[in-house]
Amino acid sequence: MFGSASAAPAKRVGRSAPASGVWRLPTYLVAALVLMPLAVIAFSWFDPQPDIWAHLLETQLWRLFKNTVLLLLGVGVIVALLGVSLAWLVATCEFPGRRWLDWGLMLPLAVPPYVLAFVFLGLFDYAGPVNTWARQSLGWEQGFGDVRSPAGVIVVMALVLYPYVYMLARSAFMAQGRELMDAARSLGVSPTRGFFKVALPMARPAIAAGMALALMETLADFGAVSVFNFDTFTTAIYKAWFGFYSLSAAAQLASLLLLVVLLALWGEQAARKGRRTASKSRQHARYQLRGGRAVAASGFCLCVFALAFFIPVCQLVAWTLEHLQDFNPRYWHFVKNSLVLAVLASVVAVTLALLAAFGQRQCPSAGLGFSSRLASLGYALPGSVLAVGILLVLTLIENNLLQPVARWLGVGQVLMGSLLALVLAYVIRFYSVAFGPVQSSLEAIRPSYQEVAQTLGAGRWRILRQVYLPMLRPGILTAALLVLVDTLKEMPATLLLRPFGWDTLAVRIFEMTAEGQWEQAALPAVTLVVVSIMPVVMMIRRSR
Amino acid sequence: MTVKNRMDIVTARVLLVVAALCALAGCGQQTNSDNVITVYTARNEQLIKPLFDQYSKETGVEIRYITDDAGPLLARLKAEGENTPADLFITVDAGFLWQASEVGVLAPVDSQTLLDNIPAPLRSQKNDWYGLSLRARTIVYATDRVKPEDLSTYEALAEAPWNGRLCLRTSKKVYNQSLVATMIKTLGEPEAERIVGGWVKNLATAPYSNDVKAMEAVAAGQCDATIVNTYYFGRLHRDNPDINLAIFWPNQDDRGVHINVSGAGVTKYAKNPEGALKLLEWLSQSEAQYLFAEANQEYPVNPDVKPSEEVQSWGEFKPDSINVEAAGRLQAEAIKLMDRVGYQ
Repeated sequence: MFGSASAAPAKRVGRSAPASGVWRLPTYLVAALVLMPLAVIAFSWFDPQPDIWAHLLETQLWRLFKNTVLLLLGVGVIVALLGVSLAWLVATCEFPGRRWLDWGLMLPLAVPPYVLAFVFLGLFDYAGPVNTWARQSLGWEQGFGDVRSPAGVIVVMALVLYPYVYMLARSAFMAQGRELMDAARSLGVSPTRGFFKVALPMARPAIAAGMALALMETLADFGAVSVFNFDTFTTAIYKAWFGFYSLSAAAQLASLLLLVVLLALWGEQAARKGRRTASKSRQHARYQLRGGRAVAASGFCLCVFALAFFIPVCQLVAWTLEHLQDFNPRYWHFVKNSLVLAVLASVVAVTLALLAAFGQRQCPSAGLGFSSRLASLGYALPGSVLAVGILLVLTLIENNLLQPVARWLGVGQVLMGSLLALVLAYVIRFYSVAFGPVQSSLEAIRPSYQEVAQTLGAGRWRILRQVYLPMLRPGILTAALLVLVDTLKEMPATLLLRPFGWDTLAVRIFEMTAEGQWEQAALPAVTLVVVSIMPVVMMIRRSR
Repeated sequence: MTVKNRMDIVTARVLLVVAALCALAGCGQQTNSDNVITVYTARNEQLIKPLFDQYSKETGVEIRYITDDAGPLLARLKAEGENTPADLFITVDAGFLWQASEVGVLAPVDSQTLLDNIPAPLRSQKNDWYGLSLRARTIVYATDRVKPEDLSTYEALAEAPWNGRLCLRTSKKVYNQSLVATMIKTLGEPEAERIVGGWVKNLATAPYSNDVKAMEAVAAGQCDATIVNTYYFGRLHRDNPDINLAIFWPNQDDRGVHINVSGAGVTKYAKNPEGALKLLEWLSQSEAQYLFAEANQEYPVNPDVKPSEEVQSWGEFKPDSINVEAAGRLQAEAIKLMDRVGYQ
């Protein structure tokens, strides 16, 4: 699995045989795909909006900047602490409940952030059951306090996003095996010191990759923060667009966001440089925890599982039972549409990621590496902004290239409102989710395999099919399922670009929440969680 | 394997991929015929679909639609330009209707039926959009802590007696932006700023993200009054008839209660403009008007049509007679004003 990378093989492969430039195409293709909407967004600077900028600078931006930094720091710290500690416990220790917590702790991935946000608000705000009970039974005048605070929103975001770090770190710790820690301890190092000096540094690339995903999603989030009415940088983007009716100003703000993300990606790259060789033992004994330690470990994992998944899902189910009359046969269509779209998106995204990662290995170059960095930017933009960027590109193509032909043939729009447009949008948005796992598992494969295959006269296609594909299965599966789950949850691009009649579960949630009917959104939300759990459980079975 | 064989396989694969792309791109997408109306709607599906179904049943015309927020739908309409499949654009809030008209995606229509059925303040002066339902944004208070005599106007909620007793929804919601925009129009900007600033000072807690949450806070005792759209009150009241909340109609001695509309306009590049206009006219007539409003406990715009009994039970009120277009025109000013006084 990924994170367990061996020393970068790039140079040695480059020496073995010159590859044709064809292998660079996938990377350039995806980079171009992602760059087009980003370019449209950057072009907004040609339409200056001094009035709006002056206003935002004067009254908003400083506060929004502080809030955003606070959110990123808070989520970053909690996600790292939760993700790494849970992964370490599950990967290297044995305690009661470990076997099912191992996969149970991944399930919050299936809960969209905005869903957890409205469940938390329903449970813990002033008028919610917990605070009402505290006021009435305990006599506390203010209950436990207001959940609508920076701390509240940080906890909610962290609870849905920690699985990214957890999953990647868990694989890394598992791949390390126990010999290294045993060796460290035989040298007289305490377990704590061993963890910080040996295990943690070796898992650093995996943790950094997980953190990057979690933080980019935090930065792009609009749903959860707006449920809490917590103003961040994305708030200003939406205010410029919906409030001041200026898509240009919104795009300008969004392009600033991209700058920040570029810096962050550069940081992640730097963290990856610290890669070291890992031993690849799969079998290893876990430390058996006993007594108080075992109880503490189980209790900690259980608490996180309960807060991030069990309690919210129970609340959703309770709300669903009150609104069962909303269920109708159309739900099977929603489920079918969601799944079809998600499967299409993940197949296309993973295929491209695989070709691009393989291509980079065949003929590495600085330009290629940079293009692949660019290609992952799609993930960090607020969904609606990216969706509109994609929309603008698609309509440009439609109006200028396709329509002349289409009119001649007597058909309406070809690309807009087609499944292809929507799948393209998903690929642009989630390409980085697919690329990370594929690339890091590719890096874990020794270049000697390829050299042997080449000596035997196998072509590159055949090497990809017969040597790499079988070995890459876990990484590919992880990538496919991450994209699948992310696509299932995706809302803004689905809303804007779906063909007529292609309503999905996320669209259904939108219909209910748009007018504040949170409780009625529980039915589609629960269905979405159940549908997403299936691939998550599958993924876990495969990665055992 | 011979070279030719291999080429054949490659060609077959390429053809297969092209076929798959074609299928994805919906090569079979039908063109608009007179029997299909295409709608982009920012009004919720569950509020609009029953009417579409009814219309299709009566006329045999098929209606296909996509739903989204008004902003993205407008961006799409604008980007698609003359190739748009949309015939009719439906949205909530006069501000968005005004904006749609401003960016030029709507076409003026010439229809006596619409002029007769919809009062002048609730439609565009250019005849390119028409209000279809009316919503009132009014005061809701806690019956166990507030006497109706304590309430009078929106402005009074900014005064000292309400210190620490007010809950509000976020200023990012367009309903509040429209409310403040019309206040700027009638009272002037300095006075409006003083009042909104007063509200912010009187807040018991940070603004809520939606009207229902604000009302629940009033019911639970965190604050004593809030400003909401009546249908949210209706929804809460339907779920819990004994709830300790009631509606108060402010400003009955001067400008009246703030109102807003949901409405629709025929698109500029409609492929089936006659069909779209017929649907719009049908929506403005009695039967559809009742259903349109009743679905969301709103008020019909057509003065001949009474609202549902439940809505009538909240009492009659005098609405603000200002043209709702003002909300759109002054929306940016309203947002700036709310930002200046720190209304989040």
